[in-house]
Amino acid sequence: MENAVEIRDLTKHYVLKSETVKALRGVSFDVPQGDYVAIMGPSGSGKSTLLNLLGCLDRPTTGSYMLGDQNVAQMSDDELSGTRASRIGFVFQSYNLIPQLTVVENIEVPLYYMGSLNSKAKERCRELATLVGLGERLDHRPTQLSGGQQQRVAIARSIVNDPQFILADEATGNLDSVTTEEILQLFERLNQEGRTIIMVTHEDEVAEHAKRVIRLRDGHIVSDERNSDRVIASGTSPNVTQVESEPVADLDQTPAV
Amino acid sequence: MLFRTWILGIKSLLLHPMRSALTVLGILIGVLSVIALLAIGEGVSIKAQQDIEALGAENIIVRSIEPPNDSIEFSFSAREFGINRAEMEQIRAIPTIAQVIPVRELRLQFQYTGNALAEPRLGRLVGCTPEYQGINRLEVDRGHFLTHPEKQATVCVISAELAKHFFPYEDPLGKEIFVPAKKNRFSIVGVLKQKTATGAVGGSFSGQDFSNDVYIPIETMRRLMGDLEEKRAAGSFERKKFELSQVTCKVKDVKDVPKTAKIIESTLRRMKNDREDFGIIVPYELLEQARSTRIMIQLIFGLVAAVSLVVGGIGIMNIMLATVTERTREIGVRRALGACRRDITRQFLIETIVLSVVGGCIGMGLGLLFPVSTEGGKVLADWIAPEYYDKVPTYFREVVPVLVPWSFPLAFGISVVVGVIFGLYPAMRAAQMDPIEALRHE
Repeated sequence: MENAVEIRDLTKHYVLKSETVKALRGVSFDVPQGDYVAIMGPSGSGKSTLLNLLGCLDRPTTGSYMLGDQNVAQMSDDELSGTRASRIGFVFQSYNLIPQLTVVENIEVPLYYMGSLNSKAKERCRELATLVGLGERLDHRPTQLSGGQQQRVAIARSIVNDPQFILADEATGNLDSVTTEEILQLFERLNQEGRTIIMVTHEDEVAEHAKRVIRLRDGHIVSDERNSDRVIASGTSPNVTQVESEPVADLDQTPAV
Repeated sequence: MLFRTWILGIKSLLLHPMRSALTVLGILIGVLSVIALLAIGEGVSIKAQQDIEALGAENIIVRSIEPPNDSIEFSFSAREFGINRAEMEQIRAIPTIAQVIPVRELRLQFQYTGNALAEPRLGRLVGCTPEYQGINRLEVDRGHFLTHPEKQATVCVISAELAKHFFPYEDPLGKEIFVPAKKNRFSIVGVLKQKTATGAVGGSFSGQDFSNDVYIPIETMRRLMGDLEEKRAAGSFERKKFELSQVTCKVKDVKDVPKTAKIIESTLRRMKNDREDFGIIVPYELLEQARSTRIMIQLIFGLVAAVSLVVGGIGIMNIMLATVTERTREIGVRRALGACRRDITRQFLIETIVLSVVGGCIGMGLGLLFPVSTEGGKVLADWIAPEYYDKVPTYFREVVPVLVPWSFPLAFGISVVVGVIFGLYPAMRAAQMDPIEALRHE
């Protein structure tokens, strides 16, 4: 199976005044297509930095980042914008819908920046809104929706461009437990349909829903393991890899779906 | 695609209708003031030109000026000043001059003894020739103006206002106007139509008010009243002698006007030994001046108005900077969803252009209504506070703003340029934001 993401020796250093902060100190892992990965770690572990790099919002200091067949590590700002528009689907903690746009228009935004917004695409946006359960509220504004509904719109928006992977940043952090469960089920459904998901979270209950958990600490990957219950569900033997401050070898794991 | 960005800009602006409306107002006032000030300037210039043209471009006007009375000494000898008949004959002899028209004016009380209710009225008694009608564009309502056969007769022509005052219910023709100071009576042969006062052109002479005039033949005036004027008031006694108040010289060819004016001036100076008791008005030269003044007026008014547009532009910039800060999160989201810097710049620039174009369009619309509204304003002012409105100089009351066609595209163009210039910085600032920082912004 082809890898959606291949990361090798990724480092990120920030220069603050005279001090250099090493936020990532060499991180390597692969995400095969169809995988569902949770990235965990305490604050200061480099979690946010890794998220920004994965989301093509920032460039690494060294290392390579293959997104499908493209190395995005040294792209220009405009190329990164194009990559974000066409290959990454963002889901944020605070939904981040654009307040002046309706549900359908919000879903259309990535297509607009890709320059592929036509009547067929618009039709698809309406279908996606229906898919996430907002078929009745196509012309509502974000302020007229509940948190869970807004997050559903955001998820629809994240898959409208058929991305390489969905990048969810604490996607359930602002939701109550019932809604959290609904959103996680939606993610699971998308994963079962073959979509790759990378989710950053600090909640174990949320991470349990993923097939695989990568834990970070001080800029290193400290563990990268398959979730046992999920693995059992998918019928593969558990394969736990512990990594300490060295690049993770090609995991070569078969995706669950 | 671009259409969508425009729609989006309008939607974003409508999120804060009050704020957007106030920003639009800034530009609107700027555009309106460009159009309005240029229209007023044009109105003033046109009025000035009309006044000068009313004097006649082919005319040269020589007026007597009474020197200030600075002698403290009590004197019985009359003060003599002004142009006399001998000087007029000298002027008449200049070959480029076709005609000279003498005028002598006195300020006097008029009375009509047939109407006890009508109070005496102060006005001008104007001794003149039949040609006076033509050079001052006086129009006759009833009867006729003075004629050559009547040049020795005790007849007069009165203004519309005097006719209304003395003869509210009677036919003035054939009645007699009494001048108590001279104990003369003049029978009325003509009534004029109402004539508005002229402005003080050239600055050196007061404007003429024709509203309380009585016109009599200048020869009759000389025969009955002589050249001597006596003024008695409590504790003072003044005698002055002047033969003519004004001589209007008609030049044969307009091209000779400046040259002829110089000859007249030097002739008079020589004859008067440099006594400064006369002045020469050359409407032709004033007209030339008025044309160049017009450009100056437009330039100055335009600049003043442009300043208000710049102020409007600063308003736009202020609002857009606030908007950009406020929408930092939105900018971050858009960047994350694939907008490149150019997209963000364009989005905010379009918003400022929408603001300035809307302001510009409304400003132009109101500009079209400006002349109508000033007329309405005058009527309203006259209705609400007539006693104050009457005190406004006639000259200002009569200025009608004239729209300058090119002021519309100019004002609109400036407003759009101002929008782009003042919108560019906030838009670029929005585009330069780091998407990560912007997404973290609360």
